[in-house]
Amino acid sequence: MEFIGKTHFDFMGKKKISFAVSIIISIIGIIGVVQIALGTANMGIDFSGGTAVQLKFAQPVSIDKAREALSKHGLKDANLQEITEGNKLLVKVGKTSLPQGNAADLIQGAFQKEVPGNQFVVESSTEIGPAIGDKLRKDTLIAVAISLICIVIYIAWRFDFTFGVGALAATLHDVLAMFAVFFLLNKEINLLFITAVLTIAGYSLTDTVVVFDRIRENLHKNTKDSLSVIFNHSINEVLSRTIITGLTTFLAAGSLYFFGGEVIHDFALALVVGIVVGIYSSVFVASPIVEVWGRRTKTSKA
Amino acid sequence: MPKGLTWRFGLILLFIFLSGLYLTPTFVSPLPSWWTGLLPKDRISLGLDLQGGTHLVMEVEIQKAVEGALDLIATDLEDSLTAKTLRFKKIGRTASDRVQLTFYDRGTADTVQKMIKEKYPTMELVPPYDEGGFVSMQLRMGEKEAQERKDRAVAQALETIRNRIDQFGVSEPVIAREGLTNIVVQLPGIKDPKRAIELIGRTARLEFKLVDEAINPATATPGTVPEDSEILIEKKTDSTTGAVTEIPLVVKKKAMITGDLLTDAQVRIDSQFNQPYVAIDFNATGARLFDQVTAANVGKRFAIVLDNTIYSAPVIRERISGGSAQISGSFTEKEAADLAIVLRAGSLPAPVKIIQNVTVGPSLGQDSINKGLIAGLVGIGLVIAFMTIYYKLSGLVANFGMVLNVVYLMGALAALGATLTLPGIAAIVLLIGMSVDANVLIFERIREEMRLGKPPKAALDAGYDKAFLTIMDSHVTTLITAAVLFQFGTGPVKGFAVSLSLGVIINLFTALVGTKAVFDFALSRLRVKRLSV
Repeated sequence: MEFIGKTHFDFMGKKKISFAVSIIISIIGIIGVVQIALGTANMGIDFSGGTAVQLKFAQPVSIDKAREALSKHGLKDANLQEITEGNKLLVKVGKTSLPQGNAADLIQGAFQKEVPGNQFVVESSTEIGPAIGDKLRKDTLIAVAISLICIVIYIAWRFDFTFGVGALAATLHDVLAMFAVFFLLNKEINLLFITAVLTIAGYSLTDTVVVFDRIRENLHKNTKDSLSVIFNHSINEVLSRTIITGLTTFLAAGSLYFFGGEVIHDFALALVVGIVVGIYSSVFVASPIVEVWGRRTKTSKA
Repeated sequence: MPKGLTWRFGLILLFIFLSGLYLTPTFVSPLPSWWTGLLPKDRISLGLDLQGGTHLVMEVEIQKAVEGALDLIATDLEDSLTAKTLRFKKIGRTASDRVQLTFYDRGTADTVQKMIKEKYPTMELVPPYDEGGFVSMQLRMGEKEAQERKDRAVAQALETIRNRIDQFGVSEPVIAREGLTNIVVQLPGIKDPKRAIELIGRTARLEFKLVDEAINPATATPGTVPEDSEILIEKKTDSTTGAVTEIPLVVKKKAMITGDLLTDAQVRIDSQFNQPYVAIDFNATGARLFDQVTAANVGKRFAIVLDNTIYSAPVIRERISGGSAQISGSFTEKEAADLAIVLRAGSLPAPVKIIQNVTVGPSLGQDSINKGLIAGLVGIGLVIAFMTIYYKLSGLVANFGMVLNVVYLMGALAALGATLTLPGIAAIVLLIGMSVDANVLIFERIREEMRLGKPPKAALDAGYDKAFLTIMDSHVTTLITAAVLFQFGTGPVKGFAVSLSLGVIINLFTALVGTKAVFDFALSRLRVKRLSV
């Protein structure tokens, strides 16, 4: 079976459109990152510090009623999130609105008093001190930076510097796109999301490397044609692989999204988004950048 | 006949055998009796997010350890100067790193200076200086010694916490030091996390202090009590109503006896009131001190203070010389049992602050395992179906490689005694998708070569050869990110990185050796003339 035979799409010719799209996505992503830096984004308590308690009730509890119960006990600023299956409720209290005493106890006490007759169990409870959050945020930033640098060095060593920059741009683009989607959907930025981001950075790079490999191979074989022709030809040659691998990884990540349960729901969503963007970027971002840059250096040499 | 076919199949089978061997303890329970000796016994352990439990990070307030040591030195100096009838105005800790001594005349100061030099050779001494008609001098703890003390405080706290947890009874706890000041405690499957946290986090400094009867506690304020006294609160819980009453008491600051002189603490039940209490036994020094203090203070009240809260303040009716005493207060049997544990395990050298507490209930953990398994099976099913339809027989070979991958990965995780977390399961599921990637690369190459008119064998070899570098490059980049994740990640994320990096390495083997061997076998032995790809 074959989805696509020999194709002759003009990927390079579409670079004006694709660059425009990518720039818009990246700008939204940058806005999202700035929000995080300013502390106004929807940060998970693992980064911001605070308390999160997940409760499972015997009977459904409406968000409004839960909010009312909490505000009576001085937890007006609590962030409430309903988990659709099984009457579950996630209550988050940031460190700034933390009243005196143990917030987790306070939350449980509030529900015991205000919704009597509706039994609940504490499924999970997380308390993070602000110092840990700060350290984690710093460590994470370092981790992301180091892995990006290592990858560029590796690509630059295996190919050349132009390719390294192209790969870095594509990877950054994917990372920003994931931030953009999470920012637009107002999803929580937590440690699992960062893990997904780094995984996708690796995955998208794999895709980019495959395309680059073919381009390099064809550059050696074919010295007559213009860069644009060779690039187009190479991308078309590996297009089938790009799509098939994307599809199989997508199937796996998709099954995590649909069946993996609430804890990794957002994590799987980040992966799914990342896989889609990763495929797009290796075709429409990495290669055109190398091509544009390569042409410029060629003309300047001539 | 391709070279080394037997060798390659041998390797594949060997790894399958090893995986099976290492996975046996995980899946077979209990192990048969002959499973002994060098056979592996480690199983894949489940992370706290999967089996439920509590993960705590505690910060030892190390500065308090230094301050405590200086307080001790101050008390000790007071005692020895009094014993030698050397007159002083005041001795006490000032700031967080020094003890100040004030004398009436320079002569005494000089004598004491000599004495201190002998007694505390490691302390830095600021020579006597005149100050408002008195002579003062300061004793400072050096940077290096302070650092050592801090370090020792954390090590001691770790030991004490380990003792408490052992006595509390938690299976397979993890207690480890993290960085300079932090202690990480993991309590898998714990039923009553709140009680455990209270038990672990309590400083449990036990002190016996005399009540200052000269002052009326009802009217005393921190400003009006004498310098050597302080106001502490006695908490009394009414056993029937549960109401807590707080009674202030004025006690002498100086502790007559402290908890480090204990040898044992046990819960007993008072037969008269059916109330639990904690019976404590002192060591020889403690017993002698207790004897002296009770003999000298008959008729006065003796406050039993734990972490600056008074448990009870009974009147000393007679001299107690047996070296044992009891702590009674209004507590439940559980509270009494926990109190006995912390007294036996000893006090923490400095207070600890809980800075991270992640507790996962067992129901959520089980739910995560089930969902993860379903997601994994669905993922595997979908990928297998897709590959078979798209690449026909070759797809089956790729599927074989993928299943091999999962088996090897599980085996490797078991062999390393790794911990499986939810993100770890996610990594395995993700690998299912990524592991066929190498084969997709190869198959697409083979298709290209066949389109050029090459015979099956040549197309196969060219496909593998040309895809090799690409596969290497793509795996190395993934490995880089996995390594960084491992280095900087904590807990669940680390689990993800372990699964991912192992998977990538194993994938290289199954893609380049595993599936190739199957193809070579088919072409040479089964004399397949046409590649079904």
